[in-house]
Amino acid sequence: MSQAPIAYIDNITARYERLGYAPYRWFRAGEDPPFAPLEKPLARSKLGLLSTSGAYVTGQVAFHYKDDTSIRAIPSDTPAENMRFAHLTENYLEDPRKDPECIVPLTALRRLAAQGSIGALAKDYWSCMGGIYSQRRVREELLPQVAQRCQASAVDALLLVPM
Amino acid sequence: MCHQTVSLIARHLEGLGTPTLCLASALDIVTAGQPPRAVFLDYPLGHTTGKPFDRADQLDVVRQALNAFEGIREASTIAHLPNRWANDDSWRQTAMHPTGSDTRQPRDTTPMYQTEADRLLAEGA
Repeated sequence: MSQAPIAYIDNITARYERLGYAPYRWFRAGEDPPFAPLEKPLARSKLGLLSTSGAYVTGQVAFHYKDDTSIRAIPSDTPAENMRFAHLTENYLEDPRKDPECIVPLTALRRLAAQGSIGALAKDYWSCMGGIYSQRRVREELLPQVAQRCQASAVDALLLVPM
Repeated sequence: MCHQTVSLIARHLEGLGTPTLCLASALDIVTAGQPPRAVFLDYPLGHTTGKPFDRADQLDVVRQALNAFEGIREASTIAHLPNRWANDDSWRQTAMHPTGSDTRQPRDTTPMYQTEADRLLAEGA
């Protein structure tokens, strides 16, 4: 049996074709991105976390599935029983809804911070619903919000966890 | 799609001076998106930070990701983690099945609460 990584782009493209949709134009960078070096070790840095799994906490408005570009701030000490998820590809949420830590690793991050591998964790982590088809809306609506939040909470580095 | 979105976020933030690491499980999508630093964990989607209820695996994944965060010095680098989902690779068949795996939901702007109680609480009803 093949051990090759799953070809998601080919797989999703083939499915859309069968459904009669026009081919989706995936983002292909084609050039190296800017690279911001860490200015200090993570042991002395404030680390932020952004999950695109559509996580929200009870009491918050859930994400919708039509290119929702909003962001939620969720306290990093939220108990697992208050964590919820809403994401376009709900089928991948089966395990996160039972154990959020397999997609939002708050326990692991707290432990690494307690051990000194991380200087500090941001008070809140950020959550969005990453299943956004419109790259224009990602650029125009989501990116400025993430940048603003990083700046406002003065994180030195950001861990990004897609679903 | 999520992996594409984080690639765009990472590229944008680094241009503004914030270092990022993407912890990814869709290798082809992050290869196309070229975020500045990525770690590839070859697990089924929905488990980007480890196996459910396996605190040791989750800690191991996050620890390795942070090591890569500090270790990667060159843009568009993807570090591969050695962790394996299972002893056999049968999960890949499920993930590649033409109708299984990714089954997108209808798209509209109604908030999709996980439970009815969540909706009532959020709406203050």
